[in-house]
Amino acid sequence: MITLDYLYILAGIVFAIWALLSALDTGNGKRFGNAAFWGLLAASFFFGGQLSDFANGVLVLALVGIAGTGRLGRSDPPTTSLSDRLALSEKFGNKLFLPALVIPITAVVGTVAYNYTPFGETGLFEERRETLILFGIGVMLALGVCMVWLKPPMLAPVEEGRRLMDSIGWAAVLPQMLAALGGVFALAGVGSIIGEIAGGIIPENNVFIAVLIFCLGMALFTIIMGNAFAAFPVMAAAIGIPVLVEDFGGNPAVIGAVGMLAGFCGTLCTPMAANFNIVPAALLELKDQYGVIRQQVGTAIPLWICNVVIIYVAGFLIWN
Amino acid sequence: MTNYWPLAGIAIVVAGFAFRFNPLLVVVVAAIATGLLGGLDFVAVIEALGKAFNDNRYISVTWIILPVIGLLERYGLQQRARALIETIRGATMGKLLVIYLLFRQLTAALGMKDIGGHPQTVRPLVAPMAEAAATMTHGELAEEDAEKVKAMSAATDNIGLFFGEDIFFAIASILLIQGVFESSGYPLTPLQLSVWAIPTAICAFFIHGGRLLAFDRRLGRNGRSAGK
Repeated sequence: MITLDYLYILAGIVFAIWALLSALDTGNGKRFGNAAFWGLLAASFFFGGQLSDFANGVLVLALVGIAGTGRLGRSDPPTTSLSDRLALSEKFGNKLFLPALVIPITAVVGTVAYNYTPFGETGLFEERRETLILFGIGVMLALGVCMVWLKPPMLAPVEEGRRLMDSIGWAAVLPQMLAALGGVFALAGVGSIIGEIAGGIIPENNVFIAVLIFCLGMALFTIIMGNAFAAFPVMAAAIGIPVLVEDFGGNPAVIGAVGMLAGFCGTLCTPMAANFNIVPAALLELKDQYGVIRQQVGTAIPLWICNVVIIYVAGFLIWN
Repeated sequence: MTNYWPLAGIAIVVAGFAFRFNPLLVVVVAAIATGLLGGLDFVAVIEALGKAFNDNRYISVTWIILPVIGLLERYGLQQRARALIETIRGATMGKLLVIYLLFRQLTAALGMKDIGGHPQTVRPLVAPMAEAAATMTHGELAEEDAEKVKAMSAATDNIGLFFGEDIFFAIASILLIQGVFESSGYPLTPLQLSVWAIPTAICAFFIHGGRLLAFDRRLGRNGRSAGK
């Protein structure tokens, strides 16, 4: 069976090569910082499963120490110039899109086939991880196609990848770090404290205010946690189920589904949702790390109001 | 009496992001403060942090896509994306992003949420296409405007994904809602829940689509970009 561990070994190899090339890159004044940072990530992928929790924790502190003291630099490995690229894009034409499409197609078609055809009965992939594993297979396929078709220098894929990775820098591990923060928040009982506060401010006999506080709680707690999944169980247990469904007799399906979407409006507004909001700003080389969030707020606020209205109208007025 | 001190971690996060300290540093300081104030000892906090970081390695594994994207960019993928848009007569940035929004919502609603994404499609394809289309209608863009076009491309990917995916019933968030209600004695089917994602999806399409078209018009009006 192909498990996630295979993918971790693959990622470990890629990060280890990036670490090695970083160490050898004399053009980058902070080359040893980069080498240590990507090297520690490689170690996490190779050995994280065997290390003790404390050793993994020390690894996290080391990563943060390197990034937090500004020891990561940006590399500039040799590549093609803009005029080369224009000429190459003419030469290869629209077929250049095909290798890029191999990855999502492998992931999507493979997942559908694995779940809805006898292919799934082979038990080839670790349960619930098939999409991510198929994504990894798609990456290998696309890379193979590119190597055969474009015949680049052997080191070109890892060097071009390293350029992009260095331009993202520390933001690359922020989503994983925020997930770790969520784990600590849960352990310290942050969710139940917030739920208690939110549950304590609901006035009696006013359905609309209760809906408003439920949606506001979903959005605000999502902004804090960076993830509506963390907010939903807390807000549903504090307000959604006891107040909206049980006291006021609302439609549970509407309250659940649209309440979650009110949380998604919060996701659009928070740097804590790093992989949606901060990583793309780095990936697109924006000057303002909050640039993506600034463009999203104007949609998030009116959409949040729509969610309040939908719950109030469909969950209460029409339902009762 | 409830101990409210663990909430100090939230204050650290908010202040840290507001003052633009390195976010990794902010997150770890907040985690340690929250753990200590929540009554854990220092070693236990470090262990919790290490365990959660290790359990979430699958999030960072997706960076293995970068060698493929980088290699294709070396051979002119972004330039190709621009050239393709320039061959389409009447293509505008607003229309292009509205179509991408719809494509992302519909494919996500059919369960194909991995078809887009920032490293896969936004950086190599959507952002260069949007920039090229904006340049075609408004002339060379001022740097500030080019940044906004790129940021809007990323925003459109997020909004299309978030307000499409819940229409597909076999998705983590729908299963989470189902689980939470079931454990309180309200058995719901995933399909009962996912149909209620449709009204919000329609609102999202009209609100964000309208903003995209307005953004395109504003780019033309503000005169900072020299018109053709």
